[in-house]
Amino acid sequence: MMTRKKRRLYMLLLALAGLGTATALTLTAFEENVAFFFSPSDLATKPPGDKRVRVGGLVEGGSVVKVDDGVSTRFTITDTAHSVTITTDRPLPDLFREGQGVLVEGRMGSDGVFVASEVLAKHDEKYMPKEVADALKASGQFKPELPGKPVYEAGK
Amino acid sequence: MIPEIGHYALVLALLLAVAQSVMPLVGAARRDVAWMETGRMAAFAQLAAITISFAALMQAHVVSDFSVQNVVNNSHSLKPMLYKVAGVWGNHEGSMLLWVFMLALFGAAVAGFGRNIPPTLKARVLGVQGLIGVGFLLFILVTSNPFARVYPAPFDGNDLNPLLQDPGLAFHPPFLYLGYVGFSVAFSFAVGALIEGRVDPAWGRWVRPWTLVAWTSLTMGIAMGSWWAYYELGWGGWWMWDPVENASLMPWLAGTALLHSAIVVEKRDALKTWTILLAILTFSLSLLGTFLVRSGVLTSVHAFAVDPQRGVAVLGLLILATGGGLLLFALRAHALKIGGLFAPLSREGALVMNNLLLSVSAAVVLIGTLMPLLLDAFGHKISVGAPYYNFITPFLTIPLILVMALGPFMPWKRADLPGVLSRMWVVALLTLVSVMLALWLAGVKPVMALVGIAMAAWAGFGALWEVAERVKLFRVPLADSLSRARGLPLGAWGTSVAHAGMGIAIAGMVGTTFWLAEDVRVMKLGDKASIAGYELVLDKVEDLNVANYRTEMGHFSVSRDGAPIARMKAERRWYPVAKMQTTEAAIYTTFYSDLYVVLGEENGAGGGWVVRLYHHPLVPWIWIGSLIMVLGGCLSLSDRRLRVGVPSRRAAPVSPALQPAE
Repeated sequence: MMTRKKRRLYMLLLALAGLGTATALTLTAFEENVAFFFSPSDLATKPPGDKRVRVGGLVEGGSVVKVDDGVSTRFTITDTAHSVTITTDRPLPDLFREGQGVLVEGRMGSDGVFVASEVLAKHDEKYMPKEVADALKASGQFKPELPGKPVYEAGK
Repeated sequence: MIPEIGHYALVLALLLAVAQSVMPLVGAARRDVAWMETGRMAAFAQLAAITISFAALMQAHVVSDFSVQNVVNNSHSLKPMLYKVAGVWGNHEGSMLLWVFMLALFGAAVAGFGRNIPPTLKARVLGVQGLIGVGFLLFILVTSNPFARVYPAPFDGNDLNPLLQDPGLAFHPPFLYLGYVGFSVAFSFAVGALIEGRVDPAWGRWVRPWTLVAWTSLTMGIAMGSWWAYYELGWGGWWMWDPVENASLMPWLAGTALLHSAIVVEKRDALKTWTILLAILTFSLSLLGTFLVRSGVLTSVHAFAVDPQRGVAVLGLLILATGGGLLLFALRAHALKIGGLFAPLSREGALVMNNLLLSVSAAVVLIGTLMPLLLDAFGHKISVGAPYYNFITPFLTIPLILVMALGPFMPWKRADLPGVLSRMWVVALLTLVSVMLALWLAGVKPVMALVGIAMAAWAGFGALWEVAERVKLFRVPLADSLSRARGLPLGAWGTSVAHAGMGIAIAGMVGTTFWLAEDVRVMKLGDKASIAGYELVLDKVEDLNVANYRTEMGHFSVSRDGAPIARMKAERRWYPVAKMQTTEAAIYTTFYSDLYVVLGEENGAGGGWVVRLYHHPLVPWIWIGSLIMVLGGCLSLSDRRLRVGVPSRRAAPVSPALQPAE
C-alpha cells in the first residue's frame, strides 16, 4: 500500500501525462487535418495550391449542370465579386439549390476547377452557413431579411 | 385564451422557482426545517405550473391555432398528428420549454424520491435546481416566448422542416434533453455537497441513480439521432463530427466518466474532489451544447435560429453556472477529506484510467469544436472535421477499451496483472478467433479494421466472460451457475450488459467505416446493378401524392445468386409548403449488413435515374449495441441497492464477488 503523498504524486503524473498526450495529439491533428476557409474572392487572389480547403458561397442561378457521366454535377458558386466552378461526384444535399448558400470541401484542380469531396447545405433552408454570410458581407452583397425568408435570392 | 393561460403559468413557474431556490438555501443555512420543507413544495408546484404551460403549447399545436406565432412558423394544418405533437419541441422556443419541463421534473423527482437524503443536503440540492430553473425560465420569458400571438392570424402555417417530420427524430430531442438536464441533478448534488463541505460514500450512492438516468437517456438520444442521420440524410452517414453532434458527445463522455468515478466514491470513499469537479463540468458541457445549438456561432447543419441576443443570454447562463460552480469548488474543495488508498493496479486504478481517457477525449472534442470559433476571432477561418477526429480517435479509444474489459476483472485496492490476465485467456482467445474470422471474410486490408474488430471483440467477450466467471460457468453444474446468475446483483448485470453493448456498437462502427462499398450509376428501367454480391433491378418509377408531400418512388427488386430476396422502395419527396425536397433511402437489412439504395434525380439527356448503392457491413450493430447499453443502464437503475429510497447510510452488505474480503 502506498502513502497519500505518493498516491497524489502518481495521480498528478498521470494527469500530466494525459494532458501532455492530449496536447501532442491535438497539435499533430491540427497540423494535418484542418481545412481553411476561402471565399471565391480569396481563391482568386491567394490560391491555396494543393491544400484541402473549404469554399463557401451562393450557388449561381442556372449554373448547375449534369456532367456527361450522368453522375457528377458541375456548378458555380459566387460571393458576387468572384466565382469559382465546382465539380463533384458526391450526392448533393436535399437543400442544395440555385441561390442557396453552400459550403464545399476539397481541392483546387490544376485546370482551375474545384473538385469537391463534400457538399454541405443546412438542414434548414432559412439560415445560411455563417462563413457564407461573412463572405457576402465582405463583398458588400449581404442583404439580411426577415427571418423566415431566404437571406439572399439569386437574380434579385 | 389557452395560450395566455400557458404564458401565465410560465410566469408563475418563474416565481415558484425563485421560491424553490431562496427558501431551502436560506433554510438549510439556518437549519430551519419549515423553510427547507418549502423547497419541496415549491418543486412540486413548479412542475405543475410548467406542465400546464407545456400542455397549453401542445394544445395550440394540436388544434393548429395559427394565432400563435410559434405554431405559424412550425406547423401546417395538413401535417400528420404525430408531427403536430413533435413539432412542439421541433423549434427553439418549444424545445426550451421542454428543457425547463424536464428540469422541473427532475427537481420534483429529487423532492419526492430522496426521502433518505439528509434534509440540509436535499434542501441545498433543490435550491440549486431552483436557481438553474430561474435562469432558464427568465431566458424563455424574456427572449423566446413560445406563446407570442400574431395578428392578423394567417390561414395556414409554414410547416415543420420536412427533414424533422420523421418518427426517429420526433422522440430524439426528449431523450437528449432528459440526458442533458439529468446531469443538472449531479451538478446540484455537487454544489450542495460543496456548501455542506462533506462528501461520503452515501453521497456517491445518491448521485449515481440520477447520473445513470441522465446517461441512459443521453445514450438513447444520441443513438436515435445518429440512426435518423443514417437513414434520412441519404448517404448512410451515422456520425459527421458536426459541432452540434459533438455538443451531445461531450456531456456523454464526461457523464460516462462521472458514472464510473461515483462508483469509486461509493465503494472506496476515494476520488471525491475529482468526482465533484466532474459533476460540475459535465453539466457545464450540457449547457455548452445548448449554447452552441442556439447561438449560431458555429456552422452546423443542425443549428437553430441565428439570434445573437439569445446566444449572449445562454452564454451568460453558462458562465454563471460553470463559473459559480467552479468558484465554489475552488473555495471549498479543500474541506473534503481525502479518502481510501489504492495501488495503481487495482479496480480503482482502472477506473482512474477510464476517467483520464474519457476526460481527455471530451477535451479533444471540445478543442476541435471550439477552435474554429477561437481562430475566427483572429481572422482565420478553419473547419475542423472528420479527419481531425479520425486521426485522434484510435489513440484514445484503444487504451480505453483495453482497460474497459480489464477493469471488472480487477479486485479493489490491489490487483496483480498476471493473475488478471490469466483469468482472461478465454477472452484473448475469442478475440483472436474474431480477428481471424474478419481476416478470412474481408482480407488483411485495411489493417485498422482488424484492430477495430479486435477492440470490439475484447470489449464484448470481456464483458460476457466476466459474468461467466462470476457464475462459475462450466466449472460447476449448469444449474448452480444459473442460480448464481440469479443471485448476481442487477448492478453487476448492468455493467456487463452495457460494456458488451459498447463492444457490439464498436464492431458496427468499425464495419461500416472500413468495409463500406459504394457505387453510383445511371439506371434506366430494367437496368441491373450489383454490389457486394447483391443484384438490383430498377423495376419502375412512379409519382404519388401523399399527405403533405409528393413523391417519386423507385421500385427495385433485389436478388442474390439468382434467388430473389427483397423488393426495395427508394423515394424522393417534395414538400410544397416548405418548398423542400427530401430523400428517403431504401434499406434492406440482414442484421449483419445493410443494403442502402438512394434514388437520385432523373438524368436529363440520356434518360434514367442517378442511383446510389451502398453496402454497409455491420452497421445495424451500432444501434443494437446502443440499445443494449441503454438496457444495461436500465438494469443498473433497477438494482435495489441503487434505489434512492433505500434506507441506511451505511453500505449494505454486498455480494462477496463485488467486494473482496479486506
